[in-house]
Amino acid sequence: MRKVRASIIGFGSVGRGVAEVILQKDDELKSLGIDLDVVAIADSRGAEVNSEGIDLNAALARKNETGTVAVEDLTGEYVIRNVDHDLVIETTPTDIETGGTGLVNMLAAFENGRDVVTSNKGPLTLKYQELMKAASDADCKFMFEATVGGAMPIINLIKGTLAGNEIQSIEGILNGTCNYILTRMMEEKASYEQMLAESKELGIAETDPTYDVEGIDAACKLVILSNSIFGQNATFQDVEVTGITKITPESLSLAYDEGYVIKLIGEVRKDRLRVSPRLVPASHPLAVGGTLNVASVRTDLAGTVTVAGRGAGSIETASAILSDVISIYRE
Amino acid sequence: MRVSMDIELKDAPGQLLLALNPISELKGNLKSIVHHHEDRTPRSTIPVQLVFEVEHENLDPIISRLEENGIGVARVDEKRFMEHGAVILIGHIVHTDIQDTIDTIDKTGFAEVVDICLSMPHIDKRSSASLKIDAVGRKELHEAMAVLKKVAEKKDLLVIEPIEAEVA
Repeated sequence: MRKVRASIIGFGSVGRGVAEVILQKDDELKSLGIDLDVVAIADSRGAEVNSEGIDLNAALARKNETGTVAVEDLTGEYVIRNVDHDLVIETTPTDIETGGTGLVNMLAAFENGRDVVTSNKGPLTLKYQELMKAASDADCKFMFEATVGGAMPIINLIKGTLAGNEIQSIEGILNGTCNYILTRMMEEKASYEQMLAESKELGIAETDPTYDVEGIDAACKLVILSNSIFGQNATFQDVEVTGITKITPESLSLAYDEGYVIKLIGEVRKDRLRVSPRLVPASHPLAVGGTLNVASVRTDLAGTVTVAGRGAGSIETASAILSDVISIYRE
Repeated sequence: MRVSMDIELKDAPGQLLLALNPISELKGNLKSIVHHHEDRTPRSTIPVQLVFEVEHENLDPIISRLEENGIGVARVDEKRFMEHGAVILIGHIVHTDIQDTIDTIDKTGFAEVVDICLSMPHIDKRSSASLKIDAVGRKELHEAMAVLKKVAEKKDLLVIEPIEAEVA
């Protein structure tokens, strides 16, 4: 049995999802030879540290009641540097302008010889090569399946199951919010503005939906795919981005009459990164509806492999984090 | 362009090869050969139907070479437009001179707008259109799309292309 001491840095919906999943899957983890103890949890207001292992139920309840997990005035970075542990589960919010605290946390983790599993796109979008080098210099594991498709496995599918294949391209729907809006516009013959309002009300779109609807979120995911799968050194500036804000209900109807649906498609090739609304034949595997994400991977040996799954949601994202943790520590 | 051709072969060894050589030498890409060995013509030759793709300027030389080789060419059908594309435009399509937008494609000589369907919800609102474009080949269809995107950019029109259009 491998003892793994972990911290959860960032205790928003994803961090809490991770805590819930660890509670729920303790027996499964043990059966895989992993004895996982969370020894620290930090959010923006402070932290709880317990080298014997934190009572996750109590921490979740406290967060729920008081809005913070904090019992001490410690930052995530302090916890990473000073609390003795093996794994940092980094779930702070994405900041694609500077990398935010996520970037600081990840670099601090590697400096202190700790493995990192993350759902935070910002640092990977900005400083992929630097982070990979820091991880490799420190001989640390660094996994980030949850940054691209939530529960839809794509990075580990390509690196694991499809190993040995040359990857020619990846294209797919990498943003559930846009997919929801376009699907609903088509179903209801309603305007973009109406369906954006609906998705805000349902909690599918953020209060400020710019990242999603302008295609920025999908573009960040393409950057991560391009760097991790194609070994490029791409940044957000390398992506041609067109969002969905100009799509009209009439265009969706006209497309449908021709046998197409309009989807926001992200496309990664060695020489091209692009997010744009595209016509997808209604019977095509990429034509999934609702909030689903989907990706088609073109390979030289296996042909085209398509995966679909839930791209967001705290438990779904936590599932991708858990799968990374297991793949690092299973015996 | 795609060519469908009926030829007549003498019933002797090596005749089919004699017919195919000129096509291959002039960079024709054979799509199908149907050899009607059991249906003789009144001239006792064997009818063969060929379908191939070839550059327009190479078709006449192919016919001459076949005839030089003693092969009868009974019928030639050219199909100029063999690639069909669809595209959606969104923006002020009519106010930005729809005729000019269509003309930029038609003027290429290798592609044409063959159908347009327009939806204008309100004079101040963006309209939407579906365009069907035919082109002489796949490469030309991509080129026509590039021409369209260029003019659309100037007119602030959003162009939505099909995913297959990018498959090389």
